[in-house]
Amino acid sequence: MSVVSATRAEFAKVVTVRLWWILALVMFAYVGLLAGVLAGVFGGLDLGGGSAGPQLDLGQVHLVVYSTASAIGYVFPVLLGALSATSEFRHQTLTPTFLANPRRAQVLVAKAVAMAVVGAFYGLVALVASVGTGAVVLSAVGRDARLDDPDTWVLAARVLLAMALWAVIGVALGTLVPNQVAVLVIVLAFTQFVEPILRSVSPIWEWTAQVGQFLPGAASDALVGWSVFTTLGSASADAVALEWWQGGLVLFAIALVAGVIGYFAVWKRDVT
Amino acid sequence: MAATATTIDVSHLSKSFGPVEAVSDLSFVVEPGSVTGFLGPNGAGKTTTLRMLLGLVTPSSGSASFGGVGYRDLPSPLTTVGTALEASSFHPGRTARRHLGIYATAAAIDRSRIDAVLEQVGIAQYADRRVGGYSLGMRQRLGLAFALLGDPRVLVLDEPINGLDPEGIRWIRGFLRELANEGRTVLVSSHLLSEVQQSVDRAIIISRGRLVFDGTLGDLEFTARVAVDAPDRRALHAALLAAGARVDVTDDGLIVKELDAAAVGAIAHRAGVALSLLAAQQEGLESAFLELTSEAPPPRAGAHSGGAHAAPAAAPPVTPTAGGAS
Repeated sequence: MSVVSATRAEFAKVVTVRLWWILALVMFAYVGLLAGVLAGVFGGLDLGGGSAGPQLDLGQVHLVVYSTASAIGYVFPVLLGALSATSEFRHQTLTPTFLANPRRAQVLVAKAVAMAVVGAFYGLVALVASVGTGAVVLSAVGRDARLDDPDTWVLAARVLLAMALWAVIGVALGTLVPNQVAVLVIVLAFTQFVEPILRSVSPIWEWTAQVGQFLPGAASDALVGWSVFTTLGSASADAVALEWWQGGLVLFAIALVAGVIGYFAVWKRDVT
Repeated sequence: MAATATTIDVSHLSKSFGPVEAVSDLSFVVEPGSVTGFLGPNGAGKTTTLRMLLGLVTPSSGSASFGGVGYRDLPSPLTTVGTALEASSFHPGRTARRHLGIYATAAAIDRSRIDAVLEQVGIAQYADRRVGGYSLGMRQRLGLAFALLGDPRVLVLDEPINGLDPEGIRWIRGFLRELANEGRTVLVSSHLLSEVQQSVDRAIIISRGRLVFDGTLGDLEFTARVAVDAPDRRALHAALLAAGARVDVTDDGLIVKELDAAAVGAIAHRAGVALSLLAAQQEGLESAFLELTSEAPPPRAGAHSGGAHAAPAAAPPVTPTAGGAS
């Protein structure tokens, strides 16, 4: 009954049911597909056609393609993290969990740590998908995959960190909203609709752009450093003013605040 | 004599869910070496009491401990107290072996115990199947396996007989006896006295969150009724009331509660009333149990007429009105 054994138990909970690899598989296919499409489209752009298309530094196409690992894939560790918490409520496994370790704060921290490890693993899987298909397609359209670029590997390291943080945010959300259906709807609606819309309109005014960079997806892109969202469309480079480490801190703060509220509002409640 | 961590000590325990008082001022002690039944109808507050004892529910007042140490403060809870609560706390997609493995890991219990307890409860051959495909009886056994995982000195089992087939019921009766003979403290809840009367030495009976009986099953029988009648029924009735007995008048005579036949006869004798009938009603323990639990406790009958508010899933006490708020 220590943090170490609690973390090992939480890790075992993830890998003893099938959800983790099913989600990882879906993420792999989804990220791989989008990275391949992006590499094909932007890799095929003529260097001279810059004035017609969006403002795009084509020297960094490989980074934009590889960053889909987190820019597109981040929803998967959030879902896994959220479900890891809500399934405890849904299947009433909080009862044996708290019987084995009545220190509930310790259990929650252990769950967050275990999910951070799994989230980083998801980052690895997503990178294999985005770099794998991205590099192949870039080469196929006659562009250098730039695997020797140190920025590629800086990006990869930050993707691992971002995906770990997203999984922890998932745990915090699942603790705050223990209803499985509700948390699924919230995560999907926010990440797939609400936030993309907010991010596309936030640069309209100076102050909304300032606020918009603290949106979790924007903070994540700031942490990773490159993203299809910040490179394309109306989101000008000015909107991303956060340093990479500030982006990471914003994600961590979101997880911390949601987790602390969830702990006091839900996790400590009577288990009936 | 100092209490040890093997004694269950419940003291003035109360719990309210909103306006509903699920458990009120409940006190009892459970000693090692015997099987104690914790009985009461559905909704009497048994599960809430056990969950407070196990640190899952926070009492409104009072305390529940193992020799003075609350569950949350036990240095090694699973190896001190084994618990089987209602048989649904499993992830359906996980196998029994992995289910037990998770909690063995969390409590730092040697993994060899997993095979040992699976064998002990008789589900070793199904250990690598997903629990989602288990019957209720198999889930009950898996719940027991979880309880035994830490080889604890105290066992707290909530309705362990529910859902077992006759063979399983016979098995668990012998099993409980064996555990008590090993000197363990065994507390078994049930809403049916008949389910446990062959296996328990002592009964703690609650109704509407209050203690109504605490003693041996032999004591419980004395709370059964005695049918008595006399040619001069009014004189007999008066004599019994004067002696402080509780008497019901029926068409066929009088029914005296909570006294045995000898005591009733003695009262009649002292009053000089000749009896025409004196018979202990041998309907058995079950009727005594029903008698005890069907009555509202005198001091607060009908106190909860406020209705059941969006009560938590934990069984609220039986209230006469159910048409409360959503």
